[in-house]
Amino acid sequence: MVPLSYYLVLSAILFGLGVTGFLVKRNIITLFMSIELMLNAVNLSFVAFAAHWGALSGHVYVFFVMVVAAAEAAVGLAIIIAVFRTRQTLNVDRVNLLKL
Amino acid sequence: MLHQILFFVFAAVCVAGALNLLVQRHPINSALSLIVVMGSLAVLYLLLGAEFVAAIQVIVYAGAIMVLFIFVIMLLNAGEEEHSGGSRVAAVLGYPAVALLVGLTAWAVVRSSGSANLKLGGFVGSTEGIGYLVFRGFLLPFEVTSVLILIAIMGAVVLARKED
Amino acid sequence: MTPDLNLWLIPVLPLVGAALNGLFGRRWPKRAVALVGVAFVGAAFAWTLWVASQFSHLAQIPHIEEHAPWITAGGFVANFGFYLDPLSLVMALVVTGVGFLIHIYSIGYMEHEGGYYRFFAYLNLFMFFMLTLVLADNYLLMFVGWEGVGLASYLLIGFWFQKDTASAAGKKAFIVNRIGDFGFLIALFLLIRTCGSLNFAEVFPAISRLGVESAPGVLTAIALLLMMGACGKSAQLPLYVWLPDAMEGPTPVSALIHAATMVTAGVYMVARSNPIFSRSPEALTVVAVVGCLTALFAATIAMAQTDIKRVLAYSTISQLGYMFLACGVAAYSAAIFHLMTHAFFKALLFLAAGSVIHALGGEQDMRNMGGLRKHIPWTFWTMTAATFAIAGFPFLSGFFSKDEILWRAWSSPYGSWVFWAVGVGTAGLTSFYMFRLWFLTFFGESRGPHDRHPHESPRVMLAPLVILAVLSVVGGYVGVPHSLGGEGHFERFLAPVVASPAGTEHEGAAAVEVGTERMLTAASVGAAALGLFFAWLLYHKRRDLPEKIAAAFGGIYTAVANKYYVDEGYNAVFVQPLVEGSTRLLWRGVDAGLIDGSVNHAASDVRKVSDTLRQMQSGSVRSYAGWVAAGAALVLAYLVWVGAR
Repeated sequence: MVPLSYYLVLSAILFGLGVTGFLVKRNIITLFMSIELMLNAVNLSFVAFAAHWGALSGHVYVFFVMVVAAAEAAVGLAIIIAVFRTRQTLNVDRVNLLKL
Repeated sequence: MLHQILFFVFAAVCVAGALNLLVQRHPINSALSLIVVMGSLAVLYLLLGAEFVAAIQVIVYAGAIMVLFIFVIMLLNAGEEEHSGGSRVAAVLGYPAVALLVGLTAWAVVRSSGSANLKLGGFVGSTEGIGYLVFRGFLLPFEVTSVLILIAIMGAVVLARKED
Repeated sequence: MTPDLNLWLIPVLPLVGAALNGLFGRRWPKRAVALVGVAFVGAAFAWTLWVASQFSHLAQIPHIEEHAPWITAGGFVANFGFYLDPLSLVMALVVTGVGFLIHIYSIGYMEHEGGYYRFFAYLNLFMFFMLTLVLADNYLLMFVGWEGVGLASYLLIGFWFQKDTASAAGKKAFIVNRIGDFGFLIALFLLIRTCGSLNFAEVFPAISRLGVESAPGVLTAIALLLMMGACGKSAQLPLYVWLPDAMEGPTPVSALIHAATMVTAGVYMVARSNPIFSRSPEALTVVAVVGCLTALFAATIAMAQTDIKRVLAYSTISQLGYMFLACGVAAYSAAIFHLMTHAFFKALLFLAAGSVIHALGGEQDMRNMGGLRKHIPWTFWTMTAATFAIAGFPFLSGFFSKDEILWRAWSSPYGSWVFWAVGVGTAGLTSFYMFRLWFLTFFGESRGPHDRHPHESPRVMLAPLVILAVLSVVGGYVGVPHSLGGEGHFERFLAPVVASPAGTEHEGAAAVEVGTERMLTAASVGAAALGLFFAWLLYHKRRDLPEKIAAAFGGIYTAVANKYYVDEGYNAVFVQPLVEGSTRLLWRGVDAGLIDGSVNHAASDVRKVSDTLRQMQSGSVRSYAGWVAAGAALVLAYLVWVGAR
C-alpha cells in the first residue's frame, strides 16, 4: 500500500532534477536528455493517476507522450547535428549568434 | 510490504540515476544514467499495473530513443564538457524557481491527495482496453500523431543532411 | 432727427485700400498700387469734408453712431461706435487731409524703392487705425486705434528691415510705446471701476457730476496714468527716446506719423479726457511741467544736431511739449489749434527735407549741404514758409497758435509766469535752430562733393509741398485772438468740448487783459527775432563762430551734441540688465536647462529603461531557460494559491 502522494512527489523530484539539468549543463545533448527526463517524470504521474482512478485513458496519454517525445528527439538531434556542422561546438553558450 | 520495498528501492534508483545524469561530465555517461532511470521507471509502471506502458517504455524509450541519443553522441564525437561562463540569470532565477516548483508541487500534492492509497494489483491496464481506447475514442489524435511522425522523419532527414 | 452720416466709412475706406494693396499689390504695377493707396485715402478725406459740411445741420452734438456690438461682460458694455463732435471733426480733417497729401508725395518719393506695395499698404493701415483712434466713441476702441498706430509705426519705421538700425529703431519705438500703454491700460481699469463704462457718452457726464479734487484721488490717478500713455505715444519726457531713432524710416513716414498725426494722438487723448484733467489740479500741473521741460530739453538738443531729420525730430518733441503745456494749463483748444498748425508746417518741413535729401541723392548731414536755394527753388520757398511759421513769425499760422499757448500759460488759473518764461525761451531756441537749419541747407557755398548735381523733385512731390505751404501761411486765421482783432473762431468752435468745470471759469478776466496779451505777444516775437539774428550771425555771416563757441563750452557742448547721453543711460540701467537676466535665467536656465532638459531626460530615461530590459534578450539558451522556469514557478504558485483559498 503505497500512497499516491509518494508517486507524485517522486515525479516532482524527477521533474525538478530535469529542470536543474537543463539550467546547469553545457552540452546540448545532455540538455536534451534533461528534457527527456522531464517527460518521463510527467509520464509517471499520468500512470499513477490512472491507477488511482482506474482510468485507462491515463495510459493512452502516456502512449501519445511517448510518440511525441520520439518525434521530438529525432528532430532535435537532427538540429543538433546541423548546429554542430556550422558552429563546430556542442557548447550551448557558444550558440549565441542572436545575442544583441 | 513487498510493494513498499520495491517502490522505495526503485524510486531511489530513479533519483540516483537522475543525479548521476547531472553530475557526469561526459554525455555518454549521462545517457547511460538516463537509461537506468528509464528502466527503473518501467518497474514502477509495473507496480502501478501499467503493463503495456512499461513494455513500450523499455522498447521505445530506452530501446529506441536513447539508442538514437547514443548514436548521435558517438557520431559527433562529443567529448567532456568544457567550462564556460554560465548565465547569471539561470543561476539567480533558475535555482530558486526549481526549488519553488518542486516544493510547491509536493506540498500541493500531499495536501490534496491525503490518504489515497494504491493497492498492488488494484488496477491492471489491459492492452486490449488500451487498443479499444486508441482506435475508437482517441482515433483522431492517433491519426494526427502518425502525421506528426511522418513530418518528424522528413524534418530529421532534411536537417541532418550533408550539404552538397 | 439724427441723420446717419456713415462715419464708419472714414476709417474703413483706408482699411480696404490696405487690404487690397497688402494682398494683391505685389503683382500689380506701381501705378495701380499708388492709385489704390491714394484713392482710398482721398475718398476718406472727401467723406470727411462732406461730414464737415453736414456738421452744422446736426441736431445733437456729440453725434454718436453705434454700429456693431463688441463686448458685453456683466455690466460693462463696449461697442464699435463713432463719435463726432468738434474735436474729433478737427482731428479727422487734419488726419485725412495731411495724410492724403503725404500719400500723394509718397508716390514720387518711394518710386525707386523696393516694397512699393508694402509701403502703401502699411500707410493705409496706419490711416485706418489713426481714424479709429480719433473717431472712437469709447476708450476701448480708442485704445485699439492707439495700439494699431503703434503697430503701423513699427512696421513703417522698420520698413527697410534689412538694415539693422532700422529694425532696431522699430523695436525701440514699439517697446517704449508699450511702457506708456501700460499706464493707459491701468487708467482704463480705474475708469471702469469709477464709472462702470468706457463710453464717452457715459463717462464724461459721470465725471462731470464729480467735483474738482482738492486732494489727489482716483481722478488724479486716472489722469496721471493717461498722461503716462500720452508720454509714450507723444514722445515726452521720459519716454521720448524712440522718436529720434524713428527717423530711420522713410521721410513720408516721418512726416505723417511722427509729425502730424500719430504723435499727436496723446494730445488728442488728453484733450478728449479734459473733464478728468480739469478736475485734478495736481495732474494738470504735472502735465504742464512735463510739457514745459520737454519743450526746453528737446530744443537744446536740436541746436547741436547735424542730421537734418534729427533736428526736425527733436523739434517735434519740443512742439509737442508746447501742446502738453497748453493742456496742462487747461487751454485745450489752444493745444488743438497748435496741433493743427503744427501738422501743416511740420509735415511740410519733413516733406521738404525729404525733397532736399532726394535732390542730393540721399545726403542727410547738413554739414555737407549748402547753397541749395539756387538749385531747388520750389523746395526752398516752401521750406522757408514752414520755417518762418514754426519760428512764430507774425501772422503766419504758427504765430497765432504758439502765442495762444504762451498767453494761456501766463493767464490761465493753472498757469504761471514760469511756464511763460520757459515757453518764450524755448520759442527763441526754436527760432534759432530752425533758421540754423535753413541757413546751413540753402545758403552759402556748397560743402558737398563737387560732382553733385542737385535736381528739383518731380511735380508729384512738389504739389503737396505747395499746398502745405499755403496752409502754413493762412492756417492760423481761424484762430485769431481778440487782442489782435480776431473773433477766436477756433476756440469758440471747440468750446462745447472743453467746457470748464463749474466754479473755475474766468471768462471775464480774459477780456480785461488784452493789453497784457499784446505785450506778451511782442515779447515772444522778439525772442523769435533774436533767434533769427543769432542763426544769421553764426551760420551766414561769421561761419567760424560756431566752432569757437562749441570749443568754449567744451563739455556742455559734447553733452548736448550727444543728447545728454540719455539713450546710453537707459541702455545701462534698463536694457542691459534685462538682456543679461533673460540670457542667464530664462534662456539658459529655464529654456535650455529645464524644458529642453526635461525632454532630453525623458528620452534618455526611456533609453536607460529599454537598455535594462533588453538584457533579457541575451541569446543565451540557459538564461531563457531560467526565465521560463521562473515563469512556470510563478504560474504554479498562483494556481496553488487560488486553489488553496
